Amino acid sequence: MSYLRIAGLGVAYAKPRKGAAGNAVDALSLAVPQGQLVSLLGPSGCGKTTTMRAIAGLLAPAAGRIELAGQDITHLPAHKRDIGLVFQSYALFPHLSLFDNVAFGLRLRKMDAAELTRRTLEALTSVGLADYADRLPAQLSGGQQQRVALARALVIRPRLLLLDEPLSNLDARLRVEMRAELRRLQRESGITMLYVTHDQDEALSLSDRIVVMRDGRIEQDDTPAVLYNRPATPFVATFMGFENLFERARLPLAMNLPPAVTHVAWRAQAVAVQAPGHKGLQGTVQSRSYAGDRLEFWVQTAAGALRGVAPADAAPWGEGDAVSLAIDIGRAALIGDDRTIPST
Amino acid sequence: MTGGSRPGWFCAAALALALIFLVGPFFVVFIAGFSGEETLVFPPRSLSWRWMAHIFTVESFAASLRTSLVVAVVSTVAALLLGVPAAYVLVRRNFAGKELVRTLLTLPIIVPGIIVGLALLNYMVLVYDMPVTASLLVGHTAMLLPYTVRVVSGSLNNLRLDIEDAAVTLGATRLRAFWLVVVPNIRGGLISAAVLAFITSFNQVPVSLFLTGPGISTLPIEMLAYMETNYDPSIAALSTLMVLFTIIVVAGMERFFGFTRHV
Repeated sequence: MSYLRIAGLGVAYAKPRKGAAGNAVDALSLAVPQGQLVSLLGPSGCGKTTTMRAIAGLLAPAAGRIELAGQDITHLPAHKRDIGLVFQSYALFPHLSLFDNVAFGLRLRKMDAAELTRRTLEALTSVGLADYADRLPAQLSGGQQQRVALARALVIRPRLLLLDEPLSNLDARLRVEMRAELRRLQRESGITMLYVTHDQDEALSLSDRIVVMRDGRIEQDDTPAVLYNRPATPFVATFMGFENLFERARLPLAMNLPPAVTHVAWRAQAVAVQAPGHKGLQGTVQSRSYAGDRLEFWVQTAAGALRGVAPADAAPWGEGDAVSLAIDIGRAALIGDDRTIPST
Repeated sequence: MTGGSRPGWFCAAALALALIFLVGPFFVVFIAGFSGEETLVFPPRSLSWRWMAHIFTVESFAASLRTSLVVAVVSTVAALLLGVPAAYVLVRRNFAGKELVRTLLTLPIIVPGIIVGLALLNYMVLVYDMPVTASLLVGHTAMLLPYTVRVVSGSLNNLRLDIEDAAVTLGATRLRAFWLVVVPNIRGGLISAAVLAFITSFNQVPVSLFLTGPGISTLPIEMLAYMETNYDPSIAALSTLMVLFTIIVVAGMERFFGFTRHV
């Protein structure tokens, strides 16, 4: 039995767009088991934030049903849901100290003073900010503010924690640091979390499961490993970093494929750029870029432009040079409308 | 030639001229208020406190000052009670005709006060037989509403939307969230709106002119009436006190709340 269950959720656009038919979120169904961290992943405008706001009760769905721990909460007012929300912009109360920000939810629950102080300080300690309890949010860095927002949402021990791109305003190093911290907080608290992001690295490193969304619908709902290796649709393949995507009829090389396969995709790492004359696809270098341990090439071939790699110390070719490409058939992702396509 | 000095002189002259226009009349009134003469002349040949003292003996001034203060306080409160929710809806919600409502709310500023006063007189006093004080309150509230809506809208525009949502997800109702996280953060705007409204009402003439009646009048209207029969410097003395009162209120608010930031 799933802990959070969404069935046939539909949310209309806040402002109806001229010419745009349909909903911001359409016929979306989703199940999250207790204690897991599930990500909603997709480009901006795909409906992931809308879905999350509907779960929090900040938006009224036009259709569908939301259940939490067996209770139908579709029409429960937001303030009675006990669902925490961490905002991209932190949304700390600017007039309150960190202590009062974190204690906000507990005060509304009429907790006695001693217990309130104990739990607030405990929450601030768990994010490493107990020493800053008297400061105002404006006196903190972005990373610290986001930690306070987390503590504020976690201290009420919500039944579910929603996180809306919580790390996207932080710099790259801090983002990676905060991922680990989030994971730790999730394990320690055991709170079920739904995480919205457009960053596939973030989703892959954090999630028990990832739901890829596009245009208000779910494209694929799988574990990170399955999503990374076996994208179900061309959209997911592109989004997960398969730079080379081919329709079945336009493959760059002969393959023996099951009938259900419609597309085949390779990551750049599965395409080796070699000296011309090697067996394989022949082409001309369009551009090259340095990527540390390797060089990445765009190579124009008879089958179209392909992205490939070569070791940085053994790739003398520049723009306009002839090269050959060795595509690793074994690392192909087979995409089709049939989930019985064998794993490759 | 650097060309720096000529525009500098020009700007300085323009600024000086603007200040003379703004402060000059007050300067004249201020001096005249301390005149020792029997009639209003400038410059006075002698100075004294006698007219300053005299205004406190005029019964109609005291009565109309009370009316003015009551009307200013009550209509300010009313304009805030109506204006804050209106500003909130205009800033936070989208609905058809929003721009029209916004424009309508600024009408009392654009339409001459004489016309507003006449319209209110026609409807409330003549048709519905409303008492003078009540009609004054309604008229003043209508005149103040644009100010409270504008000032509070400005504060709300600068306040992030998401903190209300955050408060709601933490267990506050929408109304509670408004009191706990919106009001404290627009406090400066609320106080500024109140001060601006109070001063506007206190100094209001055109609307009051139509709505005051026999026996009940506001201070500015009573001063007009007094001038028609007495041409002595007590009006200048009283004007001086009113201007000083306004300056003290505004300066105090500026000092404690940064009043002019919000207006």
